[in-house]
Amino acid sequence: MTAAPAATGTAIGMSGLTVRFTTRRSQTTALDDVSLDIEPGEFVTIVGPSGCGKSTLLKIVAGLVKPTSGDVSLLERPVRGPQKEIGFVFQKAALLEWRGARANILLQAEMRGMDRAQAARRADELIEMTGLTGFEKALPHELSGGMQQRVALCRALLHSPPVLLMDEPFGALDALTREQMNAELHRIWRETGTTVVLVTHSIAEAVFLGTRVVVMSPRPGRIIRTFSVELPAHRDYAQVMSDPRFDRLATDLRGLLGSAAANH
Amino acid sequence: MTENSLDTAGRQAAADQASGARAAAAGPGSVDAADGLDGTASSTVAKQPPGGGRPPRPTLGRRALTFADSLWRPALVLAVFFAAWWFVAAREYVPNYLVPTPGQVWETMTTQWSELARHTLVTLYETVLGFVLAAALGLVTAVAIAYSRTLDKALYPIVLFAQVIPKIAIAPLLVVWFGLGLTPKIILAVLIAFFPVVISGVAGLRSTDPELLDLAATMGAGPWRTFRKIRFPNALPHLMAGLKVAVTLAVVGAVVGEFVGASEGLGYVLLLANGNLDSALLFADLILMSAIGIVLFVLVEIAEALLIPWHASRRAGVSLTTS
Ligand SMILES: Nc1ncnc2c1ncn2[C@@H]1O[C@H](COP(=O)(O)OP(=O)(O)OP(=O)(O)O)[C@@H](O)[C@H]1O
Ligand SMILES: [Mg+2]
Repeated sequence: MTAAPAATGTAIGMSGLTVRFTTRRSQTTALDDVSLDIEPGEFVTIVGPSGCGKSTLLKIVAGLVKPTSGDVSLLERPVRGPQKEIGFVFQKAALLEWRGARANILLQAEMRGMDRAQAARRADELIEMTGLTGFEKALPHELSGGMQQRVALCRALLHSPPVLLMDEPFGALDALTREQMNAELHRIWRETGTTVVLVTHSIAEAVFLGTRVVVMSPRPGRIIRTFSVELPAHRDYAQVMSDPRFDRLATDLRGLLGSAAANH
Repeated sequence: MTENSLDTAGRQAAADQASGARAAAAGPGSVDAADGLDGTASSTVAKQPPGGGRPPRPTLGRRALTFADSLWRPALVLAVFFAAWWFVAAREYVPNYLVPTPGQVWETMTTQWSELARHTLVTLYETVLGFVLAAALGLVTAVAIAYSRTLDKALYPIVLFAQVIPKIAIAPLLVVWFGLGLTPKIILAVLIAFFPVVISGVAGLRSTDPELLDLAATMGAGPWRTFRKIRFPNALPHLMAGLKVAVTLAVVGAVVGEFVGASEGLGYVLLLANGNLDSALLFADLILMSAIGIVLFVLVEIAEALLIPWHASRRAGVSLTTS
């Protein structure tokens, strides 16, 4: 469980994914013919305008939403029903309001029947790493939005999943804490070789973290382009920000997102 | 001291949230302004300082004070009520055989204490047993309804039917079937208390955030673990509200059962007193019935505070910010 999957084949495969939501009032096409292959150890970031189906895409990979048509595979196995080889960070923190921060993190271990002592040690490491020390017992409503999101992140990392799906995990953080968390996540990814898919609204975050950036169009969501990020695998925040390649890519992305929104 | 530590924690959280909102407001298509800062700024930022510890428990004096503060209003209302009653009865605006004075009621209570206590215990026993059975049956039914569409469709009509049928009307039937013993009283208490438990239980179990259920699914947890760790604790606030209603209704069920046919219990005493035009005994009896209801209600409230302290602390948190 701790080890990364063998570096052959695809970690996540999506082909021809289309999703239509039918409600009483209307029919929405959230995703339209999305195909994307993600190799083991890749860090794919997804950017796109609000409502273009990014959250839906992650939920399809996790097996929580069934696509109207198309195929998904996770770690070489077709996705049918909820997947458990993943860590999922939802757009809202989704914490249990009756549990303290640490107990919320340990929910992962309890639900999976993991070894208690080992899980507790790992939880303490993560708490330390995400700067939650001193708030172990605080209930969710006693935590700020950003702290709640950090608890959710710790919970998703507790079992060292081979695939990590993150839906705007740092959206509620202030800019400086966000940088720290980005650097931390980058380190975790480098050290564990986890495959990560991360949805974000921040172009800087997408470029700093990603080995590939996927840009989606407004609804119905399609992939309009993917960029390979030509930056070293081992990145330092300050260096990346002053790298001319970062600037060029960020400008390209901004232009693409802007024109996509304008054409809509 | 307590206020101080709470206050700093609050401000810190507020600051955290405010900057979070700013970051979110930057939105797509623009690099967050602060992202452009060079790395030196971030390296000087300290980690969150510890400060999430619980405030110290309130002192005994303080607790006594809040207790007194919560008590004086109902006490005042009761005092006014007794004064009015005493005034009306002592001046004989209403004849004494209709409304006795508080003194007469007190005398009846003390002189017939052992008899009254015996009957009170009988009614208490029927009520508690009926309530416990209703809570257990109601919870099982609620789980069945919340988990299975088929059982939902099959059970809801029965539950509703059991509720709308006038319980007083079937009481004689129960006596015919089960005799004059405790059984028909307990069955009536169960029938009356059952409904609020089911309704609140179903509402609570259905109120689980779907995202939490998604989360449980990605954790590979089976239905039992999901129930135990997520759905049931999430349903508890609703369920406790239903249990509070149920426990007061259980008293009604037991007494109605005793009205129809019994040789002991407060309902039986009430009929006796009525027949003898013994209004003092009647009033004493009514007071004891109400006392059973109030004591049981308070016990459920205490259980609630012990079972879901997080819910209470949440409510307390809200009042802290508004006061
Ligand atoms: N369960 C659902 N039922 C009906 N429509 C849905 C459902 N879930 C999502 N949608 C619709 O699908 C579209 C895509 O939603 P999704 O949450 O995936 O967007 P998103 O890209 O994550 O947006 P944001 O950036 O604001 O989080 C939206 O138009 C939304 O209204
Ligand atoms: Mg989303």
